[in-house]
Amino acid sequence: MQVTNEFKPTIVAFCCNWCSYAGADLSGTNRLSYPANVKIIRVPCSCRVNPMFILRAFQRGADGVILCGCHPGDCHYTTGNYYTRRRMTLLFSMLDYLGIEKERTRVEWVSAAEGAKFAATMNEFVETVTKLGENKRLEDLRCKN
Amino acid sequence: MQELIKAKAIELLESGAVDRVLGWKAGEFFYDLTPAVFTSAAEVERDFVYSVFSGANFSKYLIAESRKEGKVAAFLKPCDTYSFNQLLKEHRIWRDRVHVVGIACDGMCDIDKIRAAGARGVTAVERDGETLRISTLYGERTMAKADAEAERCVHCKSRKLVAYDEKLGEDGEVIADSGRFDQVAQLEAMTPDERYAFWRGELSRCIRCNACRDVCPACSCEKCVFDNPKSGIAQKAAANSFEESLFHIIRAFHVASRCTDCGECSRVCPQKIPLHLLNRKFIKDIDELYGDYQAGADLETKPPLMAFTTDDCEPSVVYERGGKQG
Repeated sequence: MQVTNEFKPTIVAFCCNWCSYAGADLSGTNRLSYPANVKIIRVPCSCRVNPMFILRAFQRGADGVILCGCHPGDCHYTTGNYYTRRRMTLLFSMLDYLGIEKERTRVEWVSAAEGAKFAATMNEFVETVTKLGENKRLEDLRCKN
Repeated sequence: MQELIKAKAIELLESGAVDRVLGWKAGEFFYDLTPAVFTSAAEVERDFVYSVFSGANFSKYLIAESRKEGKVAAFLKPCDTYSFNQLLKEHRIWRDRVHVVGIACDGMCDIDKIRAAGARGVTAVERDGETLRISTLYGERTMAKADAEAERCVHCKSRKLVAYDEKLGEDGEVIADSGRFDQVAQLEAMTPDERYAFWRGELSRCIRCNACRDVCPACSCEKCVFDNPKSGIAQKAAANSFEESLFHIIRAFHVASRCTDCGECSRVCPQKIPLHLLNRKFIKDIDELYGDYQAGADLETKPPLMAFTTDDCEPSVVYERGGKQG
């Protein structure tokens, strides 16, 4: 058996229950493929994602974190994703300010009908993070096995 | 100024207008003034000190003090009144139990700057107009007050009292060209690797004493996320950069858009970490992306993180702006 040392990043995708999670489901039913290293975490709304969740994901071994929600204006709770948009802009800007690669974090708006967009986004994101390599700047040695 | 403030404190206590007065008294060292509650004129006469080291911001103390019986008076400098306003906006202070005496201020001094100028064995510092008379074990010396000003006062954003019941002295105006974002801009102009190295150097000194959190007028939760012993970040973690980064990112994020930039976090840091640079980064971003906003300047406008507009920029804006590419 051949052993490859190829780096496979771990990606955590926070998907909102109403749009993006359904979008991911649709990309599955449409038999579109996206990398298996994307771990989806379902959240009721993208604004449920506390900045702490994102840092925690990095702590526990994620190499990239992507946050998917309904398109602005389409939020199931009317305004949730507008708050997400401001919060994440500031958080990503702060991560960049501390010298942490900004390409490791992303927000994408994926609706329930956009299965193809979901798969394409994930493919592209995994590629970007693979190029960046392992997450070293936000790792927690205590969580390494 | 000290005499004026002391007289006011005594007048308020003796007339029965207030039951307690929040003020400063000498701590371990003359430059280490400690916040104190005075309940009688005799105490004020004996212990009250107001000097160029009266930096402490009393607005946060008013959360607990205004919940006690009776009325409390507090002396607030212009930057403290912003924090006071912000806390009022968040319904944290009972306004009718507080008597605010606004005091004009033109900058506090930093003992480290006096020492850096070569003064050893300093025993007392007296202000005389624009000069400081410094008594040391080795004799007297003088220094321009401007050269000893604390970093936050050099870049003072406003000398205007925005909330008070009465004021002592004449306050100034909002200072538009304070240059308080210069250092942030300098950091933004670095490469990510340089920034990372800079912040590792600063944050790795953190001993997690939580003084920045405890002193911050915006950090007023009764239960704090950082006190959860199960979180793994409730205290200093050995040989671990993550705990430091997480604490400082989240601390700054939790006060983002409510931080008035009073600079208390950097003042109390025993390790001299420039924590205000984290807060200012958020303020700078908010000003640039969502329009100028000064927390605490009024009681009506919503903090930018508790509001939105439908045509806000997308988070991807961060990939185009915010410093050089790696």
